[in-house]
Amino acid sequence: MAGSSDVIVVGGGLVGSAVAYGLAREGATVTILDEGDVAFRASRGNFGLVWVQGKGDGMPDYASWTRRSKDLYQGFADGMLEHNGRDIELKQEGGLELCLGEDAYRENEDEIRRMHNQPGVGENDRRMIDADEVRKIMPLVGPEVTGASFSPHDGHVNPLYLLHSLHAAARQLGVRYVSGAKTLSIARDGDGFRAETEAGEFRAGKLVIAAGIANKWLAPMVGLDIPVNPNRGHILITERMQPVMPMLLVNARQTADGTINFGNSHEDAGYDTSINPAKLGEIARNVVRYFPILKNVRVVRTWSALRVMAPDGFPIYRESETAPGAFSISCHSGVTLAAAHALDLAPTILNGGFNDRFAAFSPERFNVSPAA
Amino acid sequence: MFRRLPDPRARAVHFTFDGEALTANSGDSVAAALLGAGIEHSRTTPKSGTARAPYCMMGVCFECLIEIDGVANRQGCLVEVRDGMAVRRQQGAPGLPEDLADEGGQ
Ligand SMILES: Cc1cc2nc3c(=O)[nH]c(=O)nc-3n(C[C@H](O)[C@H](O)[C@H](O)COP(=O)(O)OP(=O)(O)OC[C@H]3O[C@@H](n4cnc5c(N)ncnc54)[C@H](O)[C@@H]3O)c2cc1C
Ligand code: FES
Repeated sequence: MAGSSDVIVVGGGLVGSAVAYGLAREGATVTILDEGDVAFRASRGNFGLVWVQGKGDGMPDYASWTRRSKDLYQGFADGMLEHNGRDIELKQEGGLELCLGEDAYRENEDEIRRMHNQPGVGENDRRMIDADEVRKIMPLVGPEVTGASFSPHDGHVNPLYLLHSLHAAARQLGVRYVSGAKTLSIARDGDGFRAETEAGEFRAGKLVIAAGIANKWLAPMVGLDIPVNPNRGHILITERMQPVMPMLLVNARQTADGTINFGNSHEDAGYDTSINPAKLGEIARNVVRYFPILKNVRVVRTWSALRVMAPDGFPIYRESETAPGAFSISCHSGVTLAAAHALDLAPTILNGGFNDRFAAFSPERFNVSPAA
Repeated sequence: MFRRLPDPRARAVHFTFDGEALTANSGDSVAAALLGAGIEHSRTTPKSGTARAPYCMMGVCFECLIEIDGVANRQGCLVEVRDGMAVRRQQGAPGLPEDLADEGGQ
């Protein structure tokens, strides 16, 4: 018997760590049960954007939730520093989605118009800018660029520092982190829950499943159906350079260290994280159209990782109705939503009313038969 | 710091480091040539500005980054030194080579 706590969090990626940190801030005792290096871990292979524009097209609640996280982010970053976290290189200075050709320009314009009409999202200050204005901001964009959509809300962090910072701050607040604890089964146990893991058995009053794509097979153990699937993305990292990108792009960002990271690919490749050289070539050829100066720049690293994808791309949050006290939390944009997960979602787990508060994010939305 | 083993097959290769004429053995990598010539640091880091020298000599650590014939950020341990090569110490992160900067903004 390896001990008990108020809450067990299964999964120590960005989602589980943000929730655990948030719970500990509220005074709960928390144990994180995390699988080891063999696990699929989007949190160690992502792009680091705290991205707002375009999020929630089709689900206003997701648009406002994303905005909320963005608004909380600076305070969230500062809060971790107070608890022995580290500087996460947060910059929220706006971002661009560059458009190649007239069709792409029109698509972004249409998206802005659609999202403008969604209720409750807050001021939609994303706007289209023309090619001349783009070149004033980013002189080095390619000749095919016809314009861009700009949002003042977009930003980025160093995603590995974010994960490290969450772990450090959680530890300082007393969270116990157990690695090598792949969870094999979860069951009700008296008033609480019991988790059987490769590192022994753990008990807690509440249990949060935040194991990325593994939520798909873990959540049914507490009566939840969470239809997430892997979606593979590749990222390429260049040599370090002086700052040459004055603004963040959705598909390329220059880090505080001077490397340029790029890649925005989506592939259905099952659970395969190997690198697809053809995809790398496609990404590289594509990014050069946006930013020709990258043509002769050396790529020094590359990898692929699996996104945690719901059928509609939006988060899935739910407390089990058959086993109250057990929660499933999964989302695609775990970097962007980390602040909201820590400072808003985690307290709601403790305070109750979870399914009312997050009704829009219920997996029940996938069961509704399409209107005739 | 380093002493060469005698290599009867080696031929002298002449190159420059920050304009200073140096001699290496044929077959040396640029990194080995610099270490053999007693150069103690071959770059400064982009973040802290501290001095660095080649370290792993096999292409994995990137400590040997250096400018060779006008191209920055090359791994000195993976490039064979040649007669007439102009090698320069790299200070921090390089900017864009000028011919690249010219291409943007059309
Ligand atoms: C290429 C790529 C680019 C991305 N770019 C961005 C971006 O720019 N901005 C953004 O906001 N988001 C981005 N994301 C998404 C973001 O990375 C994910 O939403 C986030 O990392 C999900 O975190 P997670 O904790 O749910 O899952 P994961 O990171 O997958 O973590 C799951 C954790 O659960 C553990 N685990 C799994 N099974 C078990 C088990 N049975 N028992 C115990 N532990 C278990 C694993 O060890 C792991 O630590 C990107 C993702 C990818 C792949
Ligand atoms: S010395 Fe390590 S990469 Fe060259």
